Amino acid sequence: MPETFTVFINGQPVTAGPETSVAALLLRERMVNRRSCAGQLRAAFCGMGICMECRVTIDSDAHGLGCMTFCRPNMKITTL
Amino acid sequence: MKTGSVTIIGAGPAGLAAAAAAAPYATVTLLDENPGPGGQIWRAGAGTTTAAAELWEPARQAGAQWLGGCRVVAADAHALLLENATGAQRLPWEKLVLAPGARERFLPFPGWTLPGVLGAGGLQALVKNGLDIRGQRVMVAGSGPLLLAAAAFLRSQGAIIAGITEQATRRQLAGLAWASLVSPEKRKQASGLFRQLRGVPYLTHCWVEAAEVQESSHKNSGWLAAVRLRRGNRRWREPCDWLASGFGLAPNIELARLLGCALAPAAEGRPSSIAVDDFQLASQSNIWCAGEITGIGGLELSLLEGRIAGLAAAGQTALARRWLKARDRQRHFARALARAARLDAELRRLPGDETVICRCEDVPLGRLREYHSWREARLLGRCGMGACQGRICSDITGWLWNWQYDTTRPPVTPARISTLALMAANAEKASSSEFIL
Ligand SMILES: Cc1cc2nc3c(=O)[nH]c(=O)nc-3n(C[C@H](O)[C@H](O)[C@H](O)COP(=O)(O)OP(=O)(O)OC[C@H]3O[C@@H](n4cnc5c(N)ncnc54)[C@H](O)[C@@H]3O)c2cc1C
Ligand code: FES
Repeated sequence: MPETFTVFINGQPVTAGPETSVAALLLRERMVNRRSCAGQLRAAFCGMGICMECRVTIDSDAHGLGCMTFCRPNMKITTL
Repeated sequence: MKTGSVTIIGAGPAGLAAAAAAAPYATVTLLDENPGPGGQIWRAGAGTTTAAAELWEPARQAGAQWLGGCRVVAADAHALLLENATGAQRLPWEKLVLAPGARERFLPFPGWTLPGVLGAGGLQALVKNGLDIRGQRVMVAGSGPLLLAAAAFLRSQGAIIAGITEQATRRQLAGLAWASLVSPEKRKQASGLFRQLRGVPYLTHCWVEAAEVQESSHKNSGWLAAVRLRRGNRRWREPCDWLASGFGLAPNIELARLLGCALAPAAEGRPSSIAVDDFQLASQSNIWCAGEITGIGGLELSLLEGRIAGLAAAGQTALARRWLKARDRQRHFARALARAARLDAELRRLPGDETVICRCEDVPLGRLREYHSWREARLLGRCGMGACQGRICSDITGWLWNWQYDTTRPPVTPARISTLALMAANAEKASSSEFIL
């Protein structure tokens, strides 16, 4: 059984594992990462740190890159 | 005895091969923005794959150092500016091997910004990093062999591949099959992929005209619902949960450009790459480039270029010379691949005036028609001024209008204010090797 733990997306507890990136978790939950400046919904796009569409607040990092950050126990993710 | 130190940026096949080749002869530091070595193809989530470990282990045993989770945000003739999750650091360098790989090349069409539309390699990477797509319908679209690799991988992870659309014609692809005769590895790879994809529709000269959004009553409201496909005069709709769309690769040239390395001459509308000599040396002394940064060529070419660059940077030119012929054979294949992957001019007509081209600043195509150069579009239209710093939209404007991307200024990727402060600070004062918060 792989290790799992709880992380929080906008305060809601969700189960995740250390092999899951924040961007993958948000896609799994069908949660958008952010709204564009014209108000469009945006989620992870390039999956490899180029497009910056997957930005979310991760703990104290206001512009964390979801596709480059792996889940940790009790991580707090806030969509923008 | 070891002479000199070699710093390698990028731990994909090219960077790993360079590290393994250089480590017995020089003090090697290998760094990558990902937590573990592997690069695009051997992406390992939070760990390391066997293929990557096989190259990294001997390098590590020979004393090579690993700096993971570190992104190079700027560089000058003396030092690199690194950023990790908590801080920034200046790292002095003596000899540099640049192996930052390539990114996927994206082309716009109505709906390409919808959540659920990703790059082909992008969706693959996200699934490798924990996204569960079992039983979900995926449309794979665009151009190039990466589509097959992505589709085969996604299928192996339980996805239902609704179809693969390739913009190239059957005739162009036949040229590719001929080219693959020069490389038995490639031929084996291709037939293996087609075997894994048995039963999946593979449509040539076919593309996605638009992506449609799920209506507000649906539980996935706002996300992708379906794609509209076109093949010649035939047009139809295909419902899907995900669209994985990519049009080949574009080299990550920004860092090399920042360091003053010259570009290789590129054919019109083709992505730029960095020029190197026989030993992978760029136009700047003490900077070698290896892998996809010198042009798109696949795994074997990246490994060979990496080995040659690593040996040359460690001063072992005689050893490097042994690999030149094998590399040139792979390059031959790469050139044929580029010819076969030429994009159909019809694709330029897909985006409408309202289609967003610059995703960061929401600049639509209609607005860009007012400008005549990348610089003008940037300064007057904010195109490429957002978070990705033009890395997505400059590939598009280069293809649409042949605009030259000519604004490589530090930082090459978005950086924190504290990192920028360090960049501005006096180089000597800031040359401490501690991460500064
Ligand atoms: C998204 C994608 C998916 C692919 N999937 C496949 C596949 O399934 N099968 C296949 O045969 N080929 C695939 N390819 C092609 C394959 O990646 C290449 O053939 C080969 O891996 C190139 O090796 P490389 O070492 O040049 O670059 P890469 O493997 O891309 O490695 C470059 C590394 O450098 C890092 N990097 C870049 N810039 C910086 C920076 N500023 N600071 C720190 N680190 C940096 C990157 O994160 C990356 O880890 C894929 C390519 C892409 C872009
Ligand atoms: S999805 Fe593009 S940067 Fe993370």
